[in-house]
Amino acid sequence: MKILIKNGHVVDPKTNRDGIFDILIENGKISEVGNEIEFSNGDIIDAKGKYVFPGLVDAHCHLRDPGLEYKEDIETGTRSAAMGGFTSIACMPNTNPVIDNEAMVRYVLNKAKSEGIVNVFPIGAISKGSKGEELAEIGELKFAGAVAISDDGKPVKNASLMKKALQYSSMFDITVISHCEDPELAEEGVMNEGYYSTTMGLKGIPAAAEEVMVARELILAEYTKTPIHIAHVSTELSVDLIRNAKKRGVKVTAETCPHYFSLTEAACENFNTLAKVNPPLRTQKDVDAIIEGLKDGTIDIIATDHAPHHVDEKNVEFTIAANGLVGFETALPLAITYLVKPGHLTIQQLVEKMSVNPSKILGLNKGSLEIGQAADITIVDINEEYTVDVSKFKSKSKNSPYHGFKLQGTVYETIVNGKVIVKEKILL
Amino acid sequence: MVLKSKDLLGIKELSAEEIMLVLNTAKTMKYVLTTNNKKTPHLQGKSIITLFYENSTRTRLSFELASKYMSASAANISASSSSVSKGETLIDTGKTIDMMGADVIIIRHPMSGAPHLLAKNINASVINAGDGMNEHPTQALLDMFTIWEKKGSLEGLKIAILGDIYHSRVARSNIYGMTKLGAEVSVAGPSTLLPPGIEKTGVKVFNTIQEAMIDADVVMALRIQLERQKKGLFPTTREYSRFFGLDEKRLKLAKEDALVMHPGPVNRGLELSTYVMDGDQSVINEQVMNGVAVRMALLYLLTRRNSGENIN
Repeated sequence: MKILIKNGHVVDPKTNRDGIFDILIENGKISEVGNEIEFSNGDIIDAKGKYVFPGLVDAHCHLRDPGLEYKEDIETGTRSAAMGGFTSIACMPNTNPVIDNEAMVRYVLNKAKSEGIVNVFPIGAISKGSKGEELAEIGELKFAGAVAISDDGKPVKNASLMKKALQYSSMFDITVISHCEDPELAEEGVMNEGYYSTTMGLKGIPAAAEEVMVARELILAEYTKTPIHIAHVSTELSVDLIRNAKKRGVKVTAETCPHYFSLTEAACENFNTLAKVNPPLRTQKDVDAIIEGLKDGTIDIIATDHAPHHVDEKNVEFTIAANGLVGFETALPLAITYLVKPGHLTIQQLVEKMSVNPSKILGLNKGSLEIGQAADITIVDINEEYTVDVSKFKSKSKNSPYHGFKLQGTVYETIVNGKVIVKEKILL
Repeated sequence: MVLKSKDLLGIKELSAEEIMLVLNTAKTMKYVLTTNNKKTPHLQGKSIITLFYENSTRTRLSFELASKYMSASAANISASSSSVSKGETLIDTGKTIDMMGADVIIIRHPMSGAPHLLAKNINASVINAGDGMNEHPTQALLDMFTIWEKKGSLEGLKIAILGDIYHSRVARSNIYGMTKLGAEVSVAGPSTLLPPGIEKTGVKVFNTIQEAMIDADVVMALRIQLERQKKGLFPTTREYSRFFGLDEKRLKLAKEDALVMHPGPVNRGLELSTYVMDGDQSVINEQVMNGVAVRMALLYLLTRRNSGENIN
């Protein structure tokens, strides 16, 4: 089975390609990249006028499987990812039960193999049950196929446990991802603390709740000389702290999500629960700082934090509404619309942050179009404008604050291991 | 003139003209209250339901009497003795009441925005009788009515609101309303009880009540909720009272004819000294009476609006 992608603008930072090339796929792998490749006997995808990227990699999503399948499962989650151009996704362990042991990792991998349509890489828990008390079996998690560990959704409150997690996991060369939120400072907060929380009478989560723990993690990473990855960075000071730590040589990497560069806390007005997310949407000053951090490389990756929730969990009082938003199907267009089009990021930088870097940080053999690589490819029209319609999402959940937004950038084809799963914007 | 919305969710949503419409209507209603025959036919054939998820004495009774004085069918639902305690959602409870023919649902709820959620999902008018820390619009309307009646206008008046601004829905509603009517509002309280960004609502912010009270025409003390102390927002009620309690000496900083107000219930000797509370300048008891008049006015205006009457 051969596929030829013709005349697309290939951007592949790993091989320094940035121009019009053809790509030949044979037996699921990239077999040739060049001009005017001789070809017969197979499918041709005409990518003229479009960009051809190494398949997008999401380092942070929630597939809700097992236990919370009423929100999402591996089948629907991977279909949603495919529509968004993601060919590899790393899913967080806050399922029910928590993915904190070898058997659970194998469950996710097996189910992904039978029902998933993109590559799924499970992330294991840092602590047993993500309770923040005792380390999980990190070695066995890694052995079973976990690509990172995180208690995402909850912070590791105990600094000593985090120090041990960093030391212990470095032995297994597995990335530690920290959800930074000081629970006492965050208290019962439900949105960013500031003018909007005050005028809506809602308890606020101060920016300091995130920043205090970012600082702690940077200090622990420096002290233990081990790497750490900071999840969903949302504030100006967090960006500054990470920038400074990188200058000091701390092995820190950081991610942000599209909602932290495209929305502010104002989106919560009128008690809009679709804009309720943790960390909360912040101020314009923070949005500007996040964009600056993406530009200067302080923030390495853009992750979705795809967090599906049932309509019944959002159509309630703001205080008790679930945190999070579905992100797979809007992440790339949001990055194009809010970062590339205004000139903050080049296309190359976009590919680095959404494919190359997440792959590197999680130690995946992805994020490039080198010959011999598994053919994970995303073909995008960065100029096509469309209006977000949540009813068209392939995700089981529709909790997106972007319904009705006009965005630029549509995924035409998603190819995973040489198999076309999205063709001309339609999921096959 | 009619109210723009079918609901009264907050003062934030009202214009100065709408506030004045309510106050003017309340004046007529107050006259009814002072007669021997407290009965009008204005709400005949209307159903008014109070749906309270929090305890209340004066607000609930005030609404209930307002409904009854105007000949409505009134009923009460408490969260503790209803399907709510069986886990029914707010929207489902609201729809049930709606389908039984309610014209107005008056809701009090511990969560900010609950009345907004209800209003979006039902046909009946929704009146917010206090939601979390967000708003308590009928309290602010009765406060403004009391001041307006005594002072003739709020334009240019200096009003000091003292105490726990952070948790106070009364303070928020009053700030929005009083500034819309042209008053100069100051707030003062312990810095841990002043919410961030409050200055952007157009008020002056002070850390001593003395500064806020200088030349004030109105001094409003807020109830200190004792559980706040347990959360460490201030060290002791003794220290609170010493620095932020309103006593006779401090009251002298305000104008001689300054009004003393409090939304009740009062912790005597904590935020207000007994002498100030029971003194000549206190209008706390009148606030309660005006509360009934203002609520009658609101029920009248909302039901008339929704029946399509009085449109000109």
